[in-house]
Order: sequence, then C-alpha cells, then structure tokens
Amino acid sequence: MTETDAAPRTIAGPAGAPLVSVANLRVGFPAAGVEAVRGVSFTISPGECVAIVGESGSGKSVTARSLLGLAGPGAQVSASRLEIGGGDALAFGPEDWRRLRGRFAGLVLQDALVSLDPLRTVGSEIAEVLSVHDVVPRARRAARVLELLEAVGVPEPAVRARQHPHQLSGGLRQRALIASAIAAEPALIIADEPTTALDVTVQAQILRLLAARRADGTALLVISHDLAVVASIADRVLVMKDGVVVEEGPVDRVLAAPAHAYTRELLAAVPSAASRGSRLSRTPDGRLPPERVVDHSKPVLSASGLSVSYGDRRKAVDEVSFSLHRGETLGLVGESGSGKTTLARLVLGLLAPSAGEILLHGRRWTGIPERARRPHRQLIQLISQNPLDSFDPRHTVGRLVAEPLRDLSGQARAARVIELLDRVGLAPEVRGRHPRELSGGQRQRVAIARALGPRPDVLVCDEPVSALDVSIQAQVLDLLAEIQAEDGTALLFISHDLGVVHHLSDRVLVMKDGVVVEEGDVDEVFFMPSHPYTKELVAAVPRLPAGDGAR
Amino acid sequence: MAAITLTARRSPPVIVLLLLVVAVAVPGLLSGTDPLAADPLHALEAPSAAHWFGTDHLGRDVLARVVHGARHSASIGLAAVALAVGAGVLLGLVAGLSHRWVDEALTRCFDVLSTFPELLLALLVIAITGPGTGNVIFAIGIAQIPTYARVIRAQAFVVRRAGYVEQAVTFGLSRTALTLRHVLPNVLGPIPVMATLGLGQAVIAASGLSFLGMGPQPPAAEWGAMLSEARNYLRVAWWQTLFPAAAISLTVVSLTVAGRRLQRRFEGRNA
Repeated sequence: MTETDAAPRTIAGPAGAPLVSVANLRVGFPAAGVEAVRGVSFTISPGECVAIVGESGSGKSVTARSLLGLAGPGAQVSASRLEIGGGDALAFGPEDWRRLRGRFAGLVLQDALVSLDPLRTVGSEIAEVLSVHDVVPRARRAARVLELLEAVGVPEPAVRARQHPHQLSGGLRQRALIASAIAAEPALIIADEPTTALDVTVQAQILRLLAARRADGTALLVISHDLAVVASIADRVLVMKDGVVVEEGPVDRVLAAPAHAYTRELLAAVPSAASRGSRLSRTPDGRLPPERVVDHSKPVLSASGLSVSYGDRRKAVDEVSFSLHRGETLGLVGESGSGKTTLARLVLGLLAPSAGEILLHGRRWTGIPERARRPHRQLIQLISQNPLDSFDPRHTVGRLVAEPLRDLSGQARAARVIELLDRVGLAPEVRGRHPRELSGGQRQRVAIARALGPRPDVLVCDEPVSALDVSIQAQVLDLLAEIQAEDGTALLFISHDLGVVHHLSDRVLVMKDGVVVEEGDVDEVFFMPSHPYTKELVAAVPRLPAGDGAR
Repeated sequence: MAAITLTARRSPPVIVLLLLVVAVAVPGLLSGTDPLAADPLHALEAPSAAHWFGTDHLGRDVLARVVHGARHSASIGLAAVALAVGAGVLLGLVAGLSHRWVDEALTRCFDVLSTFPELLLALLVIAITGPGTGNVIFAIGIAQIPTYARVIRAQAFVVRRAGYVEQAVTFGLSRTALTLRHVLPNVLGPIPVMATLGLGQAVIAASGLSFLGMGPQPPAAEWGAMLSEARNYLRVAWWQTLFPAAAISLTVVSLTVAGRRLQRRFEGRNA
C-alpha cells in the first residue's frame, strides 16, 4: 500500500487543535416526535480514531451524519458548539456543507453496492470526487484514480476502474468506496458500519486499510455495533444508548474495565469461546441454562459424499459428509459463496444432491420422491437470517405460527400457538399482529416459535442472529440453547461469525469453495487450526481485550 | 353518505361510475321509458322536456336506450374481463410454476396472441365463432388473456422463490396447498388495477364490435349498435350519435382515471 501523491491538506485547524469539536449536540425529528441525539459532546484530533458504539436506534449514525450536515430530512440540529475543520458549522449554509463533504470529510457507508451508482464505472465515481473538489488537474485525474485504487489495495486497478459495482466482490466494492472517500485527501474519514456486511477475512483487510490511513495522519470516526471491531482500531470510544453517551474513554480502558452497567451488559452479550455454556443475556433470576445431553449412540441425521454441481461449473458443494446427533450442535462456518446455504438447502430437502445421500433416522431422505418425503418434512425445520422474508406478507403472527401445526385444529391448535409463543417469550397478544409491526428480535422469536411447532428433531439455523443487535442476539442465542437443552433438538448452526459458532457449537465444519477443509471439536478447530484457511479465518477475527468486562 | 359525497366531489369519474352502476342495476330509476317502444310519429325529435336526449329514427327515447344500453355494455365488459382474468391467472400460474417446456410453450402462445391488436384479434375470433353477445364476450376475453397471464407469470416467478414459500415446503405442504395458500394470494396484487383499466378497454372493444354488427343484434339497445344505426342520421339528428358516444367515452375515461388512481395508491404500498 503505497501513498504516492501526498497533496497538501487545505483544511485543517491550527496545529494541535481538534478537527471536530462538538458540545451538547442535539438532533431531533419534530415530525416524528423523536429526539435521536440528546446532548452528545466529543472531539476528534488529527490522526485520531474515535469510535461510537451502540445498538440500532442509539443515535450513533445520526451523530456522525450531523458532522456532514446529513442528519436527514426534517432534522433539527442544535448544539452549544459544533466546530468542524476550524469553522462554525452552526452557521453553515448548504454551499458550505457541500464544500465540506468529500473535501474535509469522506463518508464510507455500510453497503457499497447501494452507495455506488450502479450505472457508472468505479473509476468515474472516484473521478467525480476529484472533479467536484478540483483536487488534481483534469489531465492527471485518470492517473490519480488508479493511484487511489492501488492505495486501497485493489488489484489490477486499470481493469477494475472500468468495471461497474455489480462486477466487483463485496470487499472490492468497499475498497472502491473508501477510495472515493479518500480521493480528495480529507482530513477526516467517517465510516458508518464499514465492515458489517463483509466476511471476516475481508473485514480484517478493510480494517488494516483504515488503520493505514490513520497512520498517514487522517482522523477516523468509526460507527459500529461490533465491539471487537472497535477494539481493534479505535483510540477512544463513545458508548451510546438512547441518544446519550453513557460512557467514554480510551478503548482499552472502556472495553477491559467498563464503568457503566450498559457497557458491561454489551460486553457480556458478545458470544465467544469464553462464554460457552453460560448465558449471554441477563435474566431476572440469573439462572443458568439447563444441562444439555448429547446422545452419541446413533445419529439423527447423517450425510455422506454430498455434492451439488450446476452444469459444468465448479461444484457448489463437494463431497461433504457429516453426522448430527440428538442434542448436538454442529457449527458450519465459511465465507459468502462457500456453499453453507446450499448445504442447508440439501439438509432441508429443498435441493437434490447430484451425488451422495442424507439419512434421517437411518431412512433415506434424499433421492426419494417428494411424496414420500413430505410426511417427514416436519422433522427438519428452518430458522433463517431474515424472518420477514420467511413470513407470508399477508399473514398475522397467529396464522404463521399455526401453519405448520397440521395435525391440530380448532381449540387445540389455538392453545398450542399460545404455548409456543409463550415458550419464546412472546405475549399471546402478538397473535393478531403482522410481523412487520414487530422488532427484529421479536420477529426472530416468531420464526423460532413457528419452527418449534412441529416438534422437529433437527433445526437448521441459517445465520439466525446476523441481522440482530448484540443484546438481542444474546437473547436469541440463549433461547436456542434453552430449547435445545429441553427438547434434545439437534442444531445445524450456520454462521459467518466465529464467536457465535464457538459459543454455541459442539463440533464445527469449516467450508471453503464447497469443500469442508476442516472439521472437529470446536475448541480444537478454533484454538489449534490445522488447515491454512481456518488459520486465516481465526486470525482475522477481531478480538476484545481480556478484562473483567469481557469475562 | 358523507364519505360518498366527499369522494364524489373530489372526482367526477366516481360520479360517472356510480351512475353507471345505477343504470345497470335499476335502469328504471334514471329513465322510466321503454327503450324498445317505437313511435314513428315522433321520430328524430330534438332533445326536449319530454325526451331529454331526443328520439331516434324509429321514435325511441335515446335517454332510455343509453340508460338501458349500459347493462349490455357493462355486462359484456365485465364478463370479458372476468374471463380474461380467470384464464389469465390460471395460465400465468401454470406457466410460472411448471416445467420449463410448459412455460416456454405457453409464453410463445401469449407472445403470438399479443402481436395482434386487441380488436383485430377479437374480430378474428368472431370470424370463426360468428356474431352474438356470448361470442363478443369470448372474443374480447381471449384477446385480453395474454396481458394478465404475463403479469401473473412474472409474479409467480418471484413468489415461488420467496422465502415464505420455501419455508412452507418444509412444513410438508402439498404442491396444491402451497399454490392455493401462498402463491395465488400473493401473485394477485396487480390484478385489481389491471382489471379496472382492462374493463375500459373491453367496453371500447365491445362497442367497436357491436358497431360492426358483431354484438347484440337489433333492436337491442347497445351503445356500439346504437352508434351504428345513428350514423346514417348524423346530419339531421346529432343527438342520436352524441349521447351513446358520450356514454362510451365517459365510461372508458372514468374507468381509466379510476384505474390509474388505484395504481398510484397501491404502487407506493407494494414497493
């Protein structure tokens, strides 16, 4: 990563003075009757990385966007001090804000596919920033675009610059977005969940890239819900909850010895190797999860030599074998495109393997007519990443949960729905509501209640907590562990999050390009990985500093 | 009642459509005269207090014929649209959910059918079946099938891959139950808007075919047929042409405006 062209920074405060100084920032949305940010103060100095962590709705994104004058339509921003780059931003007009954006502060958003114009090449997107702020002479722009792409570690920049966003992988897109954010050599980069949608090895690369920018003297403001990401990059951290900063300080101190109860709760909710066998969320009575018994005598489900190929392309799943016992959790990790979801679809009987077979309770599950499989389908149920997608949009919660209960009717059915909802911690009243009126955590609970209805022997969980905040994730993981201990259900747990898998699984399969590259006891695989890919994965996971807060 | 007046004030199309419904349901409320009663002594009389829309060449009351004609035109239109929607949804679902070769075959059929202008295709069908009310309905219905079938097919493609359909498979639902419970209700979204717009088209096509003598036969009071008879007297009795023509135009324009309005309202919500 070579930085070839160090253009002088035109906007920067006097030496030693902070780039951004905010005191008592308040952002309200009067139309919605919401005050998203209620009195936040912080400063960012050149070359410093400040992180804001918090869950959805904590006001962390709105705070960051206020620094670019992008708090949103209808937002009312007030502050006792809002100094950006030495100017008083409270007096800024639209023209001043425009000059600021890109030139003084670059913004990197979570999803580069949405943030980049689909109709333009990556190169022209970056060149636009250069031309708007007139950073380099027209003749030098094309060369500068290539330099920038190279600086952010995009291989073959000349080829990539001519491609459109959809032709790039997620990691390359995110790099291209960062290239456009740093094109005008801003003194500050604001990164809003810059790695949330990325695989763990790509995340590590992007974090290294951002760290390199900081080493060059650029200040960073990182917004994240992921405490481990923050730990690996930030100097100082602000923990936000309900629009207020509940705790702030140097990142090592805050994460290792949190002073505020909420920070402690957040840290305790992070699943990891250390949290195995214990609860992640707080319960009123502080009870421990019930003991889980794995019955190794004979497998509930066993797969041998499973392969799926489409045409003559490479196999999506290649010679995969595994077995799953009663009460056991089998973790399945791998990056996007590794074949995890294809394997889940095979197990669910939604896809026929091109070779190999699956046995359910010793009986053939694949290679039989759908009519013969149908009566046993209830034995394997799915909990998917996005519950809203898995709900018929016209149905109420009650109808959704009742649907798989096909051998019950009338009163018995209604009673069972209430029982199932109670089991996942939902009140009977939610029956009449539509899932879109519920929160993300509640929706996932409805999905779990529905999956439990047919009393399945196997639950396939495909990234069930990836879309959830850490404290909600903790509750859902605790719920799954509790259900598994009580019912002896076997779990096939798919996730890209190694911490979650380590917390919950007994054994783990590591997949890459459709092949299981490593499998075994979860501690052995993650603590002593033998395959180079597993080593790379494990090394790429950002870690929390050890301390009381992180157990 | 207040709600109705309010909507009516905001939109003339609603008034027209309400009048149309009344004309179809209780024509006597708008005109007490018999539409078929000929009175040669009072032929081709200009609009007056006795005959608001004048009389035609046989002395029949034009108002009564326009009012009673609504029943013909509306019922032909409704029946044709019902036929097209029913067959279109069925064929669209079959195409969208079946094996590829079934889909290919059906889609090619829709393609061929939609290369013909709707009225021309209807004429073609009539040329085979012969004239008459039932045949006009059949002809227009056939001509409109591809429009609905294509949309349903496209919707079915999306819905069959939706997470909730896949999820329902894991509950052990049969193919039929799956289609009826999850696919069908979720593909019907665009149909109300399309059918409202399609009804306007069907009314035009029906009048067109009747004008050419393919529809309800004289002396039946059908708007297209009335125009056909009136065109010989255009110079002496403008009223005999103007009022049925206005009825057709107002009906079609109102249906189209109402359809577009529905579309605007629902498009935002479905997105």
